[in-house]
Amino acid sequence: MNDIQTQLNPDDVKLPTGEKLVVSSSPHVRASDSVRKIMLKVLLALIPTVAAGVWLFGFRALAVIAVTVAGCVAAEALWCWGAGKKITSVIGDCSAVVTGVILALNLPAAVPLYVPVIGAFLAIWLGKQVFGGLGYNPFNPAVTARVALLIALPAAMTLWTPPRGMDKNYPNSTVFFGATGMEKLNSGQLDAVTCATPLGLMTDTGKIAHTGNDRKKIAAAKRNFDHVNTPELLKEYFWGVRPGCIGETCIPALLLGGILLIFFKLINWRVPVCFAGTLALTAGIVNYFFPGVTPPALFHLVTGGVLLGAIFMATDMVTSPVTNWGCVIFGCGCGLITAVIRIWGNYPEGVSFAILIMNALVPLIDRFCTRRPFGCGKIQGVGR
Amino acid sequence: MNRLKSFKGGIHPEYDGKSLTCERASVDTPLLEKYYVLLAENAGRPPLPCVAKGDKVKKYQLIAEHDGFVSADLHAPTSGEVTGIVKISGPLGIPADAIEIAADGYDHGDAPFDILENWQSEESALLMERIRAAGIVGMGGAAFPSHVKLTVPPGKKVDTLIINGAECEPFLTADHRMMVEYPQKVVTGAAIMGKILNVSNVIIGVEENKLDAVTALTQQGSELNVKVETLRVRYPQGSEKQLIFALTERVVPSGGLPADAGCVVQNAASAAAVYDAVLLGIPLVERIVTVTGDVVKNPGNFRMKIGTPLMEGIKWAGGVTEEPGKLILGGPMMGLAQRSFNVPVTKNTSGILLLSVGQALNFSDSPCIRCGRCVGACPMKLEPCLLCSFVEGGRFDLARKGHVMDCLECGACAYVCPSHRPLVQQFRRAKSELRKKK
Amino acid sequence: MDMDVIAGAVLLMGGAGILLGVVIALFARFFKTPSDARVDLVLELLPGANCGGCGKAGCADFARSVVSGENPPSRCPVSSVEQVNAIAMALGITAGTQGRKRAVVRCGGDTLQVADKVNYNGVADCVTASLVTGGPKGCRYGCLGLGSCVNVCPFGAIEIVNNLALVHRELCVGCGKCVDVCPRGVISLVNAEAEVHVYCNSPEKAPEKRKVCKVGCIGCRKCAKYAPDKFTIEGFLASVNYEAQVLPVREDLDNIKCPTGALLSAEEHHYIEKHNPAWEKSEK
Repeated sequence: MNDIQTQLNPDDVKLPTGEKLVVSSSPHVRASDSVRKIMLKVLLALIPTVAAGVWLFGFRALAVIAVTVAGCVAAEALWCWGAGKKITSVIGDCSAVVTGVILALNLPAAVPLYVPVIGAFLAIWLGKQVFGGLGYNPFNPAVTARVALLIALPAAMTLWTPPRGMDKNYPNSTVFFGATGMEKLNSGQLDAVTCATPLGLMTDTGKIAHTGNDRKKIAAAKRNFDHVNTPELLKEYFWGVRPGCIGETCIPALLLGGILLIFFKLINWRVPVCFAGTLALTAGIVNYFFPGVTPPALFHLVTGGVLLGAIFMATDMVTSPVTNWGCVIFGCGCGLITAVIRIWGNYPEGVSFAILIMNALVPLIDRFCTRRPFGCGKIQGVGR
Repeated sequence: MNRLKSFKGGIHPEYDGKSLTCERASVDTPLLEKYYVLLAENAGRPPLPCVAKGDKVKKYQLIAEHDGFVSADLHAPTSGEVTGIVKISGPLGIPADAIEIAADGYDHGDAPFDILENWQSEESALLMERIRAAGIVGMGGAAFPSHVKLTVPPGKKVDTLIINGAECEPFLTADHRMMVEYPQKVVTGAAIMGKILNVSNVIIGVEENKLDAVTALTQQGSELNVKVETLRVRYPQGSEKQLIFALTERVVPSGGLPADAGCVVQNAASAAAVYDAVLLGIPLVERIVTVTGDVVKNPGNFRMKIGTPLMEGIKWAGGVTEEPGKLILGGPMMGLAQRSFNVPVTKNTSGILLLSVGQALNFSDSPCIRCGRCVGACPMKLEPCLLCSFVEGGRFDLARKGHVMDCLECGACAYVCPSHRPLVQQFRRAKSELRKKK
Repeated sequence: MDMDVIAGAVLLMGGAGILLGVVIALFARFFKTPSDARVDLVLELLPGANCGGCGKAGCADFARSVVSGENPPSRCPVSSVEQVNAIAMALGITAGTQGRKRAVVRCGGDTLQVADKVNYNGVADCVTASLVTGGPKGCRYGCLGLGSCVNVCPFGAIEIVNNLALVHRELCVGCGKCVDVCPRGVISLVNAEAEVHVYCNSPEKAPEKRKVCKVGCIGCRKCAKYAPDKFTIEGFLASVNYEAQVLPVREDLDNIKCPTGALLSAEEHHYIEKHNPAWEKSEK
């Protein structure tokens, strides 16, 4: 009856002493993911965008990224040192690096290098650490810093330079450089020249249309829109050949990053989809009824920072809702506010403002989008 | 492809450790000198001891009698002498009363009931009485007395009996081996309980990673009209509410019983114990226990008598290869961490698990990054991250509004948490706090 | 700048200020809630700690109960005798006797004394930790030392030293919040005059206690033999008879010579914990 596998000599059996036993609540095992791994995966998803940015805007872009990341890590270390936190454990989660990269992608390549340093400290100190560090910040640190810089240093933040492929041989140069800029560029006097972004041109043009009811003005505005909205140009915009921030122009790279993030299950796909979708829908409707007010939806999707914002900034875990329906509302809100700012606002771009405003509403969204627990008959909030 | 049945939410453990023991057939264990039968084994009131120090007992003899309806009888696991009712460390970490039996080495005793050949023609009441008298409890988790579960509350109508063979806990294979080795016992036990409940729909739910058990049960089941359903592998499928949903798509209301969804759920090992009790007339004094873990030398399944100290089980498994960092009674997701190797095996001990220092989850106090993974993992569709922040802030009222009382404590949220926050422990606190207020 | 602009601004702001002031005055007049002047007076005289030690929900609630005669002013554990008398004088009622209490943590099992250590990993809160295998201490009756009492004490009178809660007698007013929160029930409110306490709470048998703790009371009865009226022994646990006419004092200890050191004066206990040589070493 006794068939214990091996009747071992009792001396051979090593019995546990129990000296290392730990008591804790269940569960006793965990998935292998950690905050650090999540941040490293986000960095991986950012690589295509960073590479595209450097390719398009040159090593100057790399310098901006490096300075921003270094600034963010330094700011984090400095704060931890001052606050008496353990520096290695806070830096070790790599969240400062992610913030730095995303902030750098939101800066023009020609920005003076003191700007990213200021931005880094704004992002880490004002955007994150004053609230208690990672996890407690109500606003996305990178977006906070970008908006602060945009308001405080508007000139430095709009130093748009042409990307690779937009030189004197570029057929549509006059659209972005104006006649004088073209002349200077052609004469070879200058190393670089600043130019307008498609959205900037759009905003200036849009003002003509909604300042009056004049049919002529509306027609003129529409002509101007068509100027920046030709099929060839849209194709160029898509591949990233347009002036703008380091990381916002190359759409294939951003989409690849987004697919990676969704594949790693790091973001809720509803946020970027609802963000871009609502923006396109709103712009499309406005364009259909008032073609002189704004260009068509596709133009809105491939210009400005909407994809960078929708994929990497609005989806920040800490500052977006936790439920699926919350994410839908959050994404739609971002899209709508972006559209309103772009079409009727003073600023050419509204992505950052939209994200900040919706960040502020996240606690409210979370509160109203509670899920109906399993086995509860009553419907609570708008969640199913 | 036909998608297998399951529930919504939950997790799929990255490493389930079942391969360590799922091929190891259960083996008998040698007789020990002393057994410690814990009195507070079952959910509900502990039974009252009916033996005293110095009494000679035979195997299967009643040693503690149920106290009230929600309570289960205890029987001597072997013959010998009662050497006292002693305080030993129990599974909950607090000292508990146990009947200490010094074995006389003969291990003899008579089955207290006759062998019943033809159970189908017997009265339901007699079958029920045998189940109660055999001290059968839910052998998967809470050790709820089986006869209580089989008594349908007045006003409720039950049309389905579900036998829980999901065994969704990682590492454990005790029920798996039971179903593979004794499919006839499980199926017949299920049919007996089906007769008591007077239901025709008897389903055994088994997860896809135990296809050998499915085959064995299906062969036996066709005669007795017991259905076997294969389920997608998903934790916590073995939770009553989730299993009922997976098999019948019925939802047990919040705070309700399975009977509210017309179901009764019994564990597979309990079903086998019902077979023993009704057909062979022997009470529950032995069960299959998985002794496992990556640090265990020869992990396996052992038929242990109730009252065996854990250390003996580890000895039978050949000891350890390195000093374990955690001793767990049960599975790694819901099992109880122990501080002593002297805790005895009880009727609901499905496994003894030793985790290495590196393998065990180390909770930290790093903040929630609101990734929302816990929200996706929660099988009860709660929002653990928000609930946890309520509890941390002492807002138990908000936690109640967030349905913390519906929490199963399955640990899926803490399993996926990248910040390694002690979510389940916080919810336990909230639940105990709210129960006090009630 | 143009004078007109400045004048306009002054007028506008001044006008708005006056207008809003009038509105506030009107609201204050017409929506005034009548309040009992005596309640306000008592509230003024109370310490305003809102500790709840009187059993009421804060000082305002207590003030109402004093005015209504439900409680004597002496029910306030925080006020000094003079303050209580002032309240009684103001209301023209009797002050009542105060019977001051202090909290005492009846455990001396710090990190060095408790042998059977448990490695605990989880929420650093006594109540929550006690839900996991009974709590992270070898002794099942001793102080868990995770500081739930520290968090609830409104007076900052409790400190965790060496994994053991230590009550600062000069700060404790005896509100009893810590007593309510402690999951081990190791804190009790005792006569504030008492100098000497038994720093052990475990009713277990002496050998069991010795296994886990060096300073647990083993029930040797030395203290009870020396002064039967001052000490009571229940099973294996001695305790100071706080109801006694004459409380034990520091000098008694020299005669008793408690073999384990469970019986100590509060000062000595404090000193031992604060100046534990091993602890000081680890601090440095």
